[in-house]
Amino acid sequence: MSNILVNAPKTARRGDVIEIKALILHPMETGFRPGPNGRILPRNIIERFTATWNGTEIFAMDMSPAIAANPFVSFFARANDSGTVVLRWTGDEGFAAEHRVDIAVE
Amino acid sequence: MSRRLLVVGLGLVFAASYATAQVGADKRRSGYQDMGEALQKMQDDDTANPGMLFVQLGGQLWSKQTGVADKSCADCHGAAAASMKGVATRYPAIPQGGDRPVDLEGRINLCRTEHQRADRLPPENRELLALTAYVAHQSRDMPIAPPYDHRLDAFRQQGAEIYRRRQGQLNLSCAICHDDNAGKKLAGVVIPEAHPTGYPIYRLEWQALGSLKRRLRNCLAGIRAEAWPLDASEYVAVELFLMDRAKGLKLETPAIRP
Amino acid sequence: MDRRLFLAGTAAIVILPLAPAAATPDAMAEAIRKVIGTATPTEGRVKLDVPPLVENGSTVPLTVSVESPMTEADHVKAIHVFNEKNPQPNVFSARLGPRNGRAVIGTRIKLGDSQRIIAIAETSDGKFWSAGADVIVTLAACLEEAT
Repeated sequence: MSNILVNAPKTARRGDVIEIKALILHPMETGFRPGPNGRILPRNIIERFTATWNGTEIFAMDMSPAIAANPFVSFFARANDSGTVVLRWTGDEGFAAEHRVDIAVE
Repeated sequence: MSRRLLVVGLGLVFAASYATAQVGADKRRSGYQDMGEALQKMQDDDTANPGMLFVQLGGQLWSKQTGVADKSCADCHGAAAASMKGVATRYPAIPQGGDRPVDLEGRINLCRTEHQRADRLPPENRELLALTAYVAHQSRDMPIAPPYDHRLDAFRQQGAEIYRRRQGQLNLSCAICHDDNAGKKLAGVVIPEAHPTGYPIYRLEWQALGSLKRRLRNCLAGIRAEAWPLDASEYVAVELFLMDRAKGLKLETPAIRP
Repeated sequence: MDRRLFLAGTAAIVILPLAPAAATPDAMAEAIRKVIGTATPTEGRVKLDVPPLVENGSTVPLTVSVESPMTEADHVKAIHVFNEKNPQPNVFSARLGPRNGRAVIGTRIKLGDSQRIIAIAETSDGKFWSAGADVIVTLAACLEEAT
């Protein structure tokens, strides 16, 4: 199970600029740190975060190991039409997680 | 005015001002107040506080059946928002039928072995921390209220003695840092008063949630003392003392700390 | 062994394992060149909010805001953040456009040491804008030791 917290308004007026904040449970292991046995822990990070609004990509972010564990991202979006925002995280070791938010635009 | 009257009068004035001072004397500070604004904001916003990811996970585990009994926490306790409200303010406590205090993690493990007939979760296990955080979060903003149970006195006394005992290669006691020098700076950061108001905490250094036990082990490493074994009774004793010392301060779980 | 030699020796032992794989101001400049080519970013329009003094480098809140109407004709296409002392110079690269309404991104980053951070924005007219900030990283006391 993925643990994701997203803060986005459920409703917006057409043309409003809304803030979307997202937090996901992930170690963001850098690949530079030694583990308990002294060996370097293999890199395990989220490499990419994207947001689509009704299927159109509105935001994309490539992450490096310098992004803190349990990555937090906030960005803005113009509410043009009602629909579904899909947030997607992909990364090392086949990591993939998704969160959908429905926003009603009046 | 006779001299005696003057003395009595002055005495009354002193007594009154002393009483006022006592009422308004609570200068205890949670570690929250010693953090910078950026970290305070991180703690205050539930969708920005990474500790809330673990509270969310704990909520999922709360209603998940486990063990030979195939029972979830919710099967016995129902909605945690009602049944667990205030519980964390009273721990550590002596469980029914027991004779020694357990911390909240210990209580959850008792539920697992006795009622769910599942294995104990090891210290710092992520599920154990998540469940503990979920339970403690139900008491957020409630004052710490240690139970009136005289059977706890000896354990609390043991905790107080450990707190004041010099140990480690640096020959320091907890009290030297957290009573005598609290508020001063060590390596650029403020020494906190060490009130356990937000456990399990999301410590930035750990980049994860961790227990008071883990924090105490960090303290012991800091003073170059050997940490007690993970199952040692010292941790619960110190927690009992610290919770009594923090009585009335509000719980913040999940707190952010540097 | 003479005392000075001994001290030099122990210093080398202590310092050497930490030295490799750290980005440098040069590595950061190289990473920036890869993104913006031969263009020279102009200082301005970009605001980089990061606490000047952080209690722990593992989770440092950072917000980049760029002044822009975010219209089809005039918007921010990309925001990149770089650091000069982490093992790698790149922090993140984000692509955005008029649908964002505001060119503001918030995240949290790791900083291995006190250092300079640089944010660069690319606008739809092909220009680059930048802002820098210095962050002092202190360490909390009584950290966990690798055991």
